[in-house]
Parts: sequence; C-alpha cells; structure tokens
Amino acid sequence: MRRYSAFAIAREAARHHLGWERAWRSPTPKAQYDVVIVGAGGHGLATAYYLGKNHGIRNVAVIEKGWLGGGNTGRNTTIIRSNYLQDPSAAIYEKARSLYETLSQDLNYNIMFSPRGVMMLAQTEHEIRGYRRTAHANALQGVATEFIGPAKVKELCPIINIKGPRYPVLGALWQARAGTARHDAVAWGYARACSDMGMDIIQQTEVTGVRREGGRVTGVETTKGFIGCSKLGIVVAGHSGVMAERAGFRLPIESVALQALVSEPIKPVMDVVVMANTVHGYMSQSDKGEMVIGGGADGYNNYTQRGSFHHVEETVRALVETFPIISRLKMLRWWGGIVDMTGDRSPIISKTPVDGIFVNCGWGTGGFKAIPGSGWAMAELMAKGHSPLAAEFGMDRFREGRFIDESVAAGVAH
Amino acid sequence: MLTLTCPYCGIAACETELTPGGEAHLTRFGPGSSDDDFEAYLFLRPNVRGVHFERWRHAMGCGKWFLAARDTATLEVFGTYPAQTTEPPEDIVAAIKAKRPDWEGRP
Ligand SMILES: Cc1cc2nc3c(=O)[nH]c(=O)nc-3n(C[C@H](O)[C@H](O)[C@H](O)COP(=O)(O)OP(=O)(O)OC[C@H]3O[C@@H](n4cnc5c(N)ncnc54)[C@H](O)[C@@H]3O)c2cc1C
Ligand SMILES: [Zn+2]
Repeated sequence: MRRYSAFAIAREAARHHLGWERAWRSPTPKAQYDVVIVGAGGHGLATAYYLGKNHGIRNVAVIEKGWLGGGNTGRNTTIIRSNYLQDPSAAIYEKARSLYETLSQDLNYNIMFSPRGVMMLAQTEHEIRGYRRTAHANALQGVATEFIGPAKVKELCPIINIKGPRYPVLGALWQARAGTARHDAVAWGYARACSDMGMDIIQQTEVTGVRREGGRVTGVETTKGFIGCSKLGIVVAGHSGVMAERAGFRLPIESVALQALVSEPIKPVMDVVVMANTVHGYMSQSDKGEMVIGGGADGYNNYTQRGSFHHVEETVRALVETFPIISRLKMLRWWGGIVDMTGDRSPIISKTPVDGIFVNCGWGTGGFKAIPGSGWAMAELMAKGHSPLAAEFGMDRFREGRFIDESVAAGVAH
Repeated sequence: MLTLTCPYCGIAACETELTPGGEAHLTRFGPGSSDDDFEAYLFLRPNVRGVHFERWRHAMGCGKWFLAARDTATLEVFGTYPAQTTEPPEDIVAAIKAKRPDWEGRP
C-alpha cells in the first residue's frame, strides 16, 4: 500500500494524479478463512483490523451485503463522547475515544477527528442532578468531564437561547475532548488497512445462512456460495435479529428507525456539539457548513430505513426554540437507519450458544463513537475467548439481571 | 405516516394518536417458571423482518390496547384486532396469506 502524505499529494499533482491506487482490493472469496465477519460497518471492519494488528490473525474475510460503510456507519450524526454513567460503559467508550485521537495516524487515513467539545444540556432540575452525578462518576472513572452553568454554556455556544420559555438551559455536562469525526472515512480507513494486511472485503454478498456441525460453526452460506470458517463474528447492527435467527438463537434486540437531517450550508455559527436530551434534539455544524441534526428513535419495529415524520417535527420544533437562528434554514437531506436496541441501552459483545460464533450488536442509537474500542474488544474476545473490556457486555447479563443501565442514565444516547 | 384503525372505535388513527407496545401474543412466564422461559418472555425477541404482530394503544382516543399485523420490511398493514385473544384471528391470517403465500406463521 502506498502511504498517503503531503509528499504524495505533491508527487501526484506533478503527474496528473495518475498514481493513486485503489484503497482496497475487491477479491473473489476463498473457500475457507480462519475468521469470517458478517457486516462491513465500522464495528465489523474495526474487529477485523484489530484481529490482524493486535492478534496476528490475518486470514480474515469481511462479508457485506451492500457496500462497506453503507449501514448505520454512513448514516449517523458522528457524535463521539465517553461521558457515560456506568463503569463498563465509561471504560469501553473512553477506550474508543482515546483511540480516535490518534486513529488518523494509526490508519494513515484522515478520519477528521475533531475534539471540538460536546455539551449535554440540562433543561430540567432532574437533568441537573443526573448530569452532576455523571460528572462525579466520570471523575472516578478517569473521564474528563465537568458540569458547567448557563453562563459558560452561552460563552461556548453564543447562538443558544438559554432563556427558552418551555425548556430554559440550566447548565450542561461538558466534555471538552469529545467531538465528531468523518463517518465514511472511519469505515474507509479501516477497510484500506484491512485490505493492506491481506484480508478480503467481499461486498455485494449477503450471508443467507450459517452452517453448523455438532453445535459448532463451520461456515456461512452466501449469495456467492458457501464460505468456510473456524470462527464467525456477526456484526450487523439493525439486522442482528435476522442473522441470529439464521444462526439458531435469539437476541434481546428490537430494530427501529432513527433519523437525521442536514440543512443547507451556512457560515460557521457553532464550533461545539450540543445535545438536548429532554427535548430529543441535537445539533452540530459540519465542516461544509451544514447543520447536522438528529433526534429520537421511533417506537415500533421497522426495517425500511424510513422513519416517522412526527419525530423529526418534534426535534426541529425543540431545536428552533433552543437555536432561533436556524428557524429559516432549508433542510437539504433527510434519512433513516435501522438501529438495534437492547433493553438497557448498552451493547452486546459476546459469545453465543453456538461454539465459534460471536456477536457484536446492540449499539443502537450511539455506536459510532464506540467503533475503535468495540473492534478492539471484539477482536480480543474472538482471538482469546476473553476480553476485559467486553466482559460485562455478555448476552447472559439479561438472564442474570446484570443490566448496564444507560437508558435511565442518559435518556437518549447518541 | 403510519395509520392503524382502532378496532374498538373504528377510527383510522394516525400514529401520533397511538403508542406502540412491542410484540404481541407473548406468553407470560412469572414466578416459578424456568430461567429459560423467564428470559425468553422478558427479553428474547424474534425481531422479525416481515410479518410482525404487535401491541398498540389508542392513547389519544379510547385509551384501549389493540393488536396489529404489519410487515416490518414494507410498512404494509394487514389489519388490526382486539387484544382479547392469544392468537391472530382467522380473517387476519387469511389477509396475510393472500399477500404473502410463503408466510410460515409466527416464529
Ligand atoms: C440517524 C442516526 C444517527 C446516529 N447518530 C450517532 C451519533 O451521533 N453518535 C454515535 O456514536 N452513534 C450514532 N448512531 C449509531 C451508529 O450509527 C451505529 O451504532 C453504528 O454505526 C453501528 O455500526 P455497525 O458497524 O455495528 O453497523 P452498520 O454500519 O449498520 O453495519 C452493519 C452492516 O452489516 C451489513 N449486513 C446486514 N446483514 C447482512 C448479511 N446478512 N450479510 C452481509 N452483510 C449484512 C449491512 O449492510 C451493514 O453494512 C446513529 C445512527 C443513526 C441511524
Ligand atoms: Zn380507539
């Protein structure tokens, strides 16, 4: 693989850009791999990457039914933060956030990590208490956050209306090293690095069945034929229920639509990410100048990547009150993704009832921020059978009543 | 916008009038049941991509719970029916089979 650098840009500029290589190969599948990963979203690709980088397992295929990064990884609003309440969450999200800090260098691919700061507004007395509690928990977990007052909120984000009649801004949980990254680039950067290690990324190929013998996985049926493997990782987000059914077990997951929208580009007006969880709205400004807006998830099962209009209406209504400056903006694009929700709003990184099959899912509305940490933990679990970061996220926790309850902690979790 | 007809008031209600209540026809396992049954009842869901039976409440109308058969892959609604039943009624099953001849029943 030819490395990207300032020198490479100069070299290519001098020869009409004829020397750029394809970022990844498009190979025909081999008959057998050590590890097959289903799903080339961020989590699947990061799992493959750390299998190779940390554990030397490189005979790996990542199988994707569409195009890589075309699922939720390419549909999210790119918020990265690690200010969670429970210890296991703080550990894995902070691991991910800290890996994001140097991921561009690590992958030799500019993922545009922008630690511009994230504030989660407290707009009710209950939220003030909740976020103060989270700030204390974060102090014990070694995650740098603080609770700030309304004056500081206004200073960090001058366009905010802190005296909104319905929901005044009473303070915020502020994480200065949280922020955003370019979502596609995260998928592309991992894919390029995986391909460079000799791994096969097989796109436009759906896994339609899972072959098992004596309680152990032997391979997958795909639209391009049977592909054998010793270990299988199922990392398909919204389609986890469908894949689990094909592998012969069930998950505590329901799939629902979550939507986002972006405005026409305008001059820079805000350089932080603001989340208003009580009113289900959050916003940041992209480098192109678009206001990136997200809201709450739908309440009913859905696989269509189209959501309910009234949720968007609620989100926009609340944000217009909080940011009056956006009231006349035109919206350019609006889309949905199918998110995989667990009861405690925490992910599953786990062994399964079938030997050799591992599952990574349940990231729901908030897994973009977790991609590097999740891949790190999933790779370790698949290589060694145990990972400290993943230990509490087993699917048995529901049966055993060991919830990692982030739904009460956050209200929403993007 | 999803529209479901409340089987009690006969009103074609838009989803802003309704509250979703998750999968329908679950068998309740309480104290004394096995761990497997209790876990499956509380948490494990087939999360079907296709024909799905679910609970809805006419929250901004009569306030009653009813059931609906819907396709989660197309958003098509096959019909709604009162909640006082443990199985989908015959006319609903017929409506589904008319449009989905390959449908194998509830998982
Ligand atoms: C609108 C929206 C906003 C969001 N905002 C944020 C945010 O601000 N911050 C944040 O941290 N998170 C956010 N999220 C959540 C985040 O996007 C997801 O948690 C994360 O991207 C999941 O990544 P993944 O790799 O697990 O799944 P995906 O990226 O969905 O990848 C799964 C892949 O599996 C493939 N697949 C499925 N079935 C099969 C099969 N049978 N065979 C082969 N391939 C298959 C799919 O095609 C897909 O490409 C948001 C999500 C949405 C929808
Ligand atoms: Zn009614």
